[in-house]
Amino acid sequence: MAILIDKNTRVMTQGFTGAQGTFHASQGIAYGSTYVGGVTPGKGGTMHPTLNLPVFNTVAECRDATQANASVIYVPAAFAADSILEAIDAEIPLIICITEGIPVLDMVRVKRALDGSSSVLVGPNCPGVITPDACKIGIMPGHIHRRGSVGIVSRSGTLTYEAVAQTTAAGLGQSSCVGIGGDPVKGMDFIDVLELFLADDETKSIIMIGEIGGQSEIQAAEFLKSENFGPGKPNKPVVGFIAGATAPPGRRMGHAGAVISGGRDTAEAKMAAMAEAGIHIADTPASLGSTMVRALKG
Amino acid sequence: MNIHEYQAKELLRRYGVAVLEGHVAWNGDEAEAAAKKLPGPIYVVKSQIHAGGRGAGRFTNDPNGKGGVRLAKSAEEAKAAAAAMIGSTLVTKQTGPEGKLVSRVYVEAGCDIARELYLSLLVDRDSSRVVIMASTEGGIEIEEVAEHHPEKILKVAIDPASGISGFHGRKLAFGLGLEGKQVASFVKFVDAMYKAFLELDCAIVEINPLVVTKAGDVVALDAKVSFDDSALFRHKDLEALRDDSEMDPKELDATNHDLNYVALDGEIGCMVNGAGLAMATMDIIKLYGSSPANFLDVGGTADSARVTEAFRIITSDVNVKAILVNIFGGIAKCDMIATGIVEACKNLKLSVPLVVRLEGTNVELGKKILAESGLAIIAADNLADAAQKAVAAVKKVA
Repeated sequence: MAILIDKNTRVMTQGFTGAQGTFHASQGIAYGSTYVGGVTPGKGGTMHPTLNLPVFNTVAECRDATQANASVIYVPAAFAADSILEAIDAEIPLIICITEGIPVLDMVRVKRALDGSSSVLVGPNCPGVITPDACKIGIMPGHIHRRGSVGIVSRSGTLTYEAVAQTTAAGLGQSSCVGIGGDPVKGMDFIDVLELFLADDETKSIIMIGEIGGQSEIQAAEFLKSENFGPGKPNKPVVGFIAGATAPPGRRMGHAGAVISGGRDTAEAKMAAMAEAGIHIADTPASLGSTMVRALKG
Repeated sequence: MNIHEYQAKELLRRYGVAVLEGHVAWNGDEAEAAAKKLPGPIYVVKSQIHAGGRGAGRFTNDPNGKGGVRLAKSAEEAKAAAAAMIGSTLVTKQTGPEGKLVSRVYVEAGCDIARELYLSLLVDRDSSRVVIMASTEGGIEIEEVAEHHPEKILKVAIDPASGISGFHGRKLAFGLGLEGKQVASFVKFVDAMYKAFLELDCAIVEINPLVVTKAGDVVALDAKVSFDDSALFRHKDLEALRDDSEMDPKELDATNHDLNYVALDGEIGCMVNGAGLAMATMDIIKLYGSSPANFLDVGGTADSARVTEAFRIITSDVNVKAILVNIFGGIAKCDMIATGIVEACKNLKLSVPLVVRLEGTNVELGKKILAESGLAIIAADNLADAAQKAVAAVKKVA
């Protein structure tokens, strides 16, 4: 089963003929995913110079001609919000935005446009989504993944890779991995992804990786406490890690969202809330896999 | 990006936000001339630094003297106050013990204060909207109000589709206990603030205190504005307001090379790709008993030139006793990083131990480049191993 994407996902790319769009579409195709075409305004009617796939001027045209049901965006930050809005307007069910550095007020408008729409957004500023051996949308290195039972959701790209490599090494593999991105205003948040993992038969356990700033890990912990743990609930083991325990308050640590500004958004407060909810906390990002192995043994 | 109070007020004034008349001054004479342009009889001379708590702050050369905001009853007194503050270092609750050098002051007209309130605008993650916060507890730190009296903070979230409406301002105004003409004055103030926030792509605008004058006007007594760095590309005019002297020189250097760097006070210099992994690397160094000298995310598109710049900035910190490189290559390719490390070591004549952990895209090629370089690099197999080896290297040096 997996979540969000599988063998039937038909991927289109916005910013298709650019260097990023071209490279990562080629990687996705090499991984075995179904890429069907893309958009570069002004180049509609041509074929992609290296990928032998059609290029369209608009998302709606691309969708009509290719039956794309997912769109990945590699458009530069200044134009990325516009690209997401176009994909929402074209009713693309799944939109994944990789672009980093989108102005936050642009995302405020995008978030409003998502309300009541038929689209869900992953990102921006994220590595994308992968269902191993089925479909890879984004910039993650495909070869470290193995199809398996752990669902991974993370605010950080490279920390996701750590979790992937360790669960692969432990022989567990992954059902799907979702990078939700490091921006304060974004599409899917932890709870949205966790809900899908809890409902997915193939996902037997979950790793969630958060960081300082914001409240979403605490809300996710409360969600898991009521929806995952307890009699009659899925009771899937969950391992968690929060990056930024040593980050000083008030300093932004790279991600636009990674800054401690109140009292409840520290790594300490988040890990405490997660532990209290029944999540197994990994001491270090090097022990995500071993903590999961222990959690599965009960 | 942060700007000074006088710059913030100048910008807000353009949007119709009520501020007092004032002029910036770079020395005593300019302060005297500035005061003479104001109506008097009271003048306020305010140190301009990127930190709050100026009034209660103290200067390092006069620790028992007056603070960084002073009242003057004549242009001559304004001149004397400015001359005493400019060129001196002001330490406040927010500057850290090293303080900040005051290079200019803002000379502002005094006003008759009836009440001090608090007002701020920011992007709220939970609602994904711009939120306007107000409180009757003006003039003190809002974090303390939030912790002890959260009920005293009023909030309204603005739907970006319909924008700000009169009721938003009224809701806050009545909540703050304003009455009569104060309500209309407040609503107008909030409207102008919201417009400025959107058009200038602000990250936060904080007015603390917002004062109600005895005449019933609502006026910004202080103003703190910071911009969304990601949106500065569409505000070229705001770049001119950047004050490089307020930044850590290493951070400024890094910013100029598109590197994400934050200076810290530890001893292990870190170079990592990805913000989350960079934070986690800092955390694991601490766990094994040392402390990080910096946060540094080289980013996904790191090439060998950027790696060299990153090394130069890390090693310019005299506290660095070892360097830990932690790369999990996704878009970043390990061979590219390895080439950068080798070049940096040669160019910079690296004198501290270097621990390198490479994983991901082109890892074998990267490891081969490092092995064949002949450099004394301590190779690590995984993140825990890397952190332990870096900490051990520091302990050995010490």
